[in-house]
Amino acid sequence: MIEARSLSKEYGDKRAVDDLSFTVRPGVVTGFLGPNGSGKSTTMRLVLGLDRPTAGDVLVNGKHYREHLAPLHEVGALLEARSVHTGRSAFNHLLALARTHGIPRRRVDELIDLVGLREVAKKRAGQFSLGMGQRLGIASALLGDPSTVMLDEPVIGLHPEGIHWMRTLLKGLAADGRTVFVSSHLMSEMALTADHLIVIGRGRKIADTSTSEFLSQASGNVVRVRSPRATELEALLAGPDVSVAALEPNLLEVHGLTASQIGDAAAAAGLALHELTPQQASLEEAFMDLTREDVEFRTAAGESEAVA
Amino acid sequence: MSTLSNVERLPRAGHTGRVTQPRVVFSEWTKLHSLRSTRWSLLAGVLLTMAFPLIFAAVTSSHWGSMSPHEKADRHPLDIALAGVNVSQLAIAVLGVLVITGEYSTGMIRASFTAVPKRLPVLWAKTVVFAVVVLLLMLPPVLASFFASQAILSRHHILQVSFSDPGVARSVIGGAVYLMLVGIFALGIGAIVRNTAGGIATFAAIFFVIPPLMNILPTSWNNAISQYLPSEAGRQLFSLTHDAHTLSPLPGALLFVGYCALVLGIAAVLLVRRDT
Repeated sequence: MIEARSLSKEYGDKRAVDDLSFTVRPGVVTGFLGPNGSGKSTTMRLVLGLDRPTAGDVLVNGKHYREHLAPLHEVGALLEARSVHTGRSAFNHLLALARTHGIPRRRVDELIDLVGLREVAKKRAGQFSLGMGQRLGIASALLGDPSTVMLDEPVIGLHPEGIHWMRTLLKGLAADGRTVFVSSHLMSEMALTADHLIVIGRGRKIADTSTSEFLSQASGNVVRVRSPRATELEALLAGPDVSVAALEPNLLEVHGLTASQIGDAAAAAGLALHELTPQQASLEEAFMDLTREDVEFRTAAGESEAVA
Repeated sequence: MSTLSNVERLPRAGHTGRVTQPRVVFSEWTKLHSLRSTRWSLLAGVLLTMAFPLIFAAVTSSHWGSMSPHEKADRHPLDIALAGVNVSQLAIAVLGVLVITGEYSTGMIRASFTAVPKRLPVLWAKTVVFAVVVLLLMLPPVLASFFASQAILSRHHILQVSFSDPGVARSVIGGAVYLMLVGIFALGIGAIVRNTAGGIATFAAIFFVIPPLMNILPTSWNNAISQYLPSEAGRQLFSLTHDAHTLSPLPGALLFVGYCALVLGIAAVLLVRRDT
């Protein structure tokens, strides 16, 4: 459980986190979504007490992180910035962390096997690829078998097999009843992994909702329907909150109904459907729309457009 | 390329231990000996401590016949035996700074402070581990260089001094203790500055730049002030002779210990307060 109350952090006159309040609950994967530079990493550093908040407060498992007597058993964290001495081997890095809590050597071996670093465990971490570094960071996070897991952009640098492994791992951690808090700037990744979403932009909270709800709102229930009897279907689906656009002959884009509602209606009327696709492609765009005003650094092109 | 495990569920640890100061000490010992830079710096320290006394003893022996009486009077056996301490202190200081700034430059400090969020146990553990390692590792070469340089000099029957003569044992062992305190001082500087180059430069300024600058001052000022500088106070630990303008061994040692405590104290306050 992570509870942030009116959390703010300023660096000089720059406000990185602005009056942020949220609760991350156990048993589900909570995604922490926002554009780069929106304050996700800073928030996570505040959770761990690495930085002190300018105002507000954040508790992990009911206490300030610093007050925990066995912090690695409470919270396991992967930070975006590398947190490994480049001259030390993966094994010795984990062993040094384990020894602060009296965690036995065999647990270190167990984690090295879990993240698949056995063959390179004696190599210096400075020679690791980005993906290997990420996996070492994940091993450090899980070393203490923590009840809360907090990972900053964990899939960065992982190959597709690794990304799939990460999703399964995160869901398993949540199924164990742990609190799982994962940040990403990729909507598509969060849509596949997270049950709940906290969306921020420029340090402020934009949304705090279940992923399915966020997706249906964001995509506005756009469904692409292909049918040889498109004209009849268009008339059938018409309603007060529904709009239907014919993109091509036999191809409709329906706003305001879910795919299952359309399919059921077509079946009841005996109309054949050749395609029925919820338009998830618009999700990234919806996310961009939602956070556009909140992106700290726009591209030069975006800036001149805004002026023009 | 290594492969990921099939086990995607995290195995339970079946263990919950608290952070304790002895555990953090054990962790810092693991960190210290698992870095190549540590081994090289300490090896350099050991070799420098032994090499210079041997060279000076050999050179002094071979030139003794051609040296003026004034030159001969200026030579002291302990200056030869402990010549290496003056050189190896730089290797020890660099490592002392690196013990902490190496964590800041690589980001390791975030992992360290996540495991030990109260932070101060990390500073104390680093200090204790480094101090003990330096003392245990530097005492044998300091003793060895005393006996080896005496052995070389004795073949020419010059500059003989016994380990049991007054002050000799204190000076020789004091050489190793001085190196230990230099290491602690440098570690504290590193924790304050948090940057390797800055830490080494600060140490060099305090130990190697400021002392000679004192010669610019009027002699009466220089004599009054210089003896209280950290390097001069610490030097009394391994100096056999003392004059009116140097502290005696015990006050000198205590003052140097005080400087180390001051630097560590400042480091401790900053460590707890600052963002990482």
